[in-house]
Amino acid sequence: MFKKSAEKSYNWLDDRFKITPLVEFMRHKQVPIHKHSLWYYMGGVALFLFLVQIVSGILLLLYYQPGVDSAYESIRFITTKVSFGWLFRSVHSWSANIMVFFVFVHMFSTFFTRTYSKPRELTWLTGSVLLVLSLVFGFSGYLLPWNELAFFATKVGTDIAGAIPLIGDPIKLLLRGGEGVTGATLSRFYAFHIALIPAVFTLFLFLHLLFVQRQGMHEPEFFHKLPENKKRMMPFFPNFVLRDALLWLLVLNIIIYLAVFFPWEIGVKADAFAPAPDGIKPEWFFMFMFQALKLLPAHMFIMEGEVFGILFFTLAGLVWFTVPFWDVFIKESMRPKIMKLFGISVIAFILILTIWGYLV
Amino acid sequence: MDKKLSIKLFVFFCSCLSIILFATTVQSQEKAKYGEDDQCIVCHKDEEILPEDFSEFDIHLQTGLSCKGCHGGDETSDDEDLSMSSEAGFIGVPEKIEIAAMCGKCHSDINFMRQYQPRIATDQVQQYHESVHGKKLAQGDTKVADCTSCHSVHNILPAIDARSTIYALNIPATCKKCHSDKEYMAEYGIPTTQYDEYVESVHGVALLERQDTGAPACNDCHGNHGAMPPGIASIGHICGTCHVNNQEYFSKSKMAIEFQRDELHACEECHGDHDVKKTSDDMIGDSDSSTCVDCHEEGEEAYDTGIKIRQSLGGLVTAYDSAATLLKTVEHAGMDDLEMSYAVKDAKQSLTQARTLVHTFDFEQVKVKTDEGKTFVTQALKLGNTQMQDLRFRRLGFGIATFFMTIVLVALYFKIKDIERED
Repeated sequence: MFKKSAEKSYNWLDDRFKITPLVEFMRHKQVPIHKHSLWYYMGGVALFLFLVQIVSGILLLLYYQPGVDSAYESIRFITTKVSFGWLFRSVHSWSANIMVFFVFVHMFSTFFTRTYSKPRELTWLTGSVLLVLSLVFGFSGYLLPWNELAFFATKVGTDIAGAIPLIGDPIKLLLRGGEGVTGATLSRFYAFHIALIPAVFTLFLFLHLLFVQRQGMHEPEFFHKLPENKKRMMPFFPNFVLRDALLWLLVLNIIIYLAVFFPWEIGVKADAFAPAPDGIKPEWFFMFMFQALKLLPAHMFIMEGEVFGILFFTLAGLVWFTVPFWDVFIKESMRPKIMKLFGISVIAFILILTIWGYLV
Repeated sequence: MDKKLSIKLFVFFCSCLSIILFATTVQSQEKAKYGEDDQCIVCHKDEEILPEDFSEFDIHLQTGLSCKGCHGGDETSDDEDLSMSSEAGFIGVPEKIEIAAMCGKCHSDINFMRQYQPRIATDQVQQYHESVHGKKLAQGDTKVADCTSCHSVHNILPAIDARSTIYALNIPATCKKCHSDKEYMAEYGIPTTQYDEYVESVHGVALLERQDTGAPACNDCHGNHGAMPPGIASIGHICGTCHVNNQEYFSKSKMAIEFQRDELHACEECHGDHDVKKTSDDMIGDSDSSTCVDCHEEGEEAYDTGIKIRQSLGGLVTAYDSAATLLKTVEHAGMDDLEMSYAVKDAKQSLTQARTLVHTFDFEQVKVKTDEGKTFVTQALKLGNTQMQDLRFRRLGFGIATFFMTIVLVALYFKIKDIERED
């Protein structure tokens, strides 16, 4: 009976929207099976976590009230009085951090398998934009509970943005909505977090997924060279989709476990007149940059150390995100080795500085 | 380069230069606020014979008062023979005995002083004459402190300036200069350990280590210009300036009458003077650190009262600690700690009040408060346990959810295997 109703619904939809070609496309889409197939799932997990963000974020929106006098109180209300509010708040915070982690994993797996090469340059670029937007998501969301650590971390973060030569001051003013971090900053970060960034993110996510679907799964070089009869493949639908669903369910269970056993802290309410507490730290994904800026001397060459650091990271980001366009200039025989070394150096740099940042 | 453009650039640079020069001139004019028209300073600066402690930040200098105010002379003349002549009223370095009166010329004149601070006190000189320092000076003892001993001579700064010798954090060091000098103080027959004791005391730690300017320095108990050792009758009132309730309870207690009769030093008898230590409940009762046993012996009613008060406080402390520990657990678990934290705060408040009521030396009054505190503790524990029960329920819920998710996961796994086998 269920099968009959499903078939009826399908026919009804197909009659109007012609969805059969789409289903056929998915059915015929093949996913390569090889020793690095695991990395194909990372983007999917990041996508799932983004969906968790939307659902939990909407539920939080029902009760959250931006404002110096209401933000912290409303978060407290959500976690203590609203039914399952504690769960959604913790799930939102945990999944946001895990999402950023998986976006990084997805990016590095794409880098090391050199998936970014022609014809997937734009997929890499849209992915890069999505990474930056994920970080901005994290930065803007961090302030919303209006607690002490977030308040001072935002102050430091926007101060760093203000140190950018020429455009720093206008950017700082735009972010803060005034000279200091105030209620105006909170309103802006709220608007960025729930409207502006989600809109832009969705647009780039759509383009990213469109490119992935249109171009199909990338075949690593060793796999590509195999004779057709030796290539093992699995259909995207239902095999890969079901495997994806299995992993997503597992991730969801882990997030709920974290939310129940390690609830995300609310902290102490921010007080603009209080002295900055010890141990102000940015979110973990900004730690390597924060630590690097801390380690730089006051003056480097003709500029301040901080300005040098900002310029360095801007340039490094540009180099990283434009990798498909310049790696073609490296001799083909040397390319895999050089790029592997480059990628490992970047990971080592991020890891060492992040650990250093937490140890000191 | 185009000639016209060269001229334009030249004019532009000249304009910029003029603006910079103008700005620098204005700035340097603003900077040259003090002493430039005062020939005393001009000459003494040129000759490099300014006093050793001379400071351009001296409040008199900053408000435009000349050296003439204290030393006499004519500050408008650059001729040494004229400006420092007796005809011009030059007196040189004033005698120690004259200093208070000299400062008082202005500082005791409200009409003069109100132009600087409308609410400024003008009784400093009068108070000084009533102080130990002032009385001894009048008797011809020139070793005692005069105005400049504490305020400095040529570097006088307002008391709110952190660089001032009379800024709250610097006062103990200012008094210490003389009062900790054994040799200097030898003839007066008073101890010289006050500073060392104060530094270790609860007040000293608060002021000098935590830099809490609300904590008392020497002058808060001994007075400023009228500095005196407090008498037996005034000790309670001095401590009571800050510890209002303690003083009030004590003054109404039976003990106050006994103290007065035996000429005992109120608060000082139990808490000490310069070396006031952080109080503890063990100061009451029959323990080694108890101060009650200094005067009372076993079998006396007061001895038993001390033990009962100690036990009552101890009971509340134990109960409070258990509530505070549970509150931390509830907070750490991310549960609703709001109402519980209020109850714990109320219990803490009762404990503080009970400890203050110790100064009544009345067990019944203390017991009322400790009982009230225990009620708050019971309430807090109840709220905390409800939250912990809720936490267990959440974890059970997670377990059930995981069980069902695992079933779905296993089903999915077999479905995938099934499909792959068919392929």
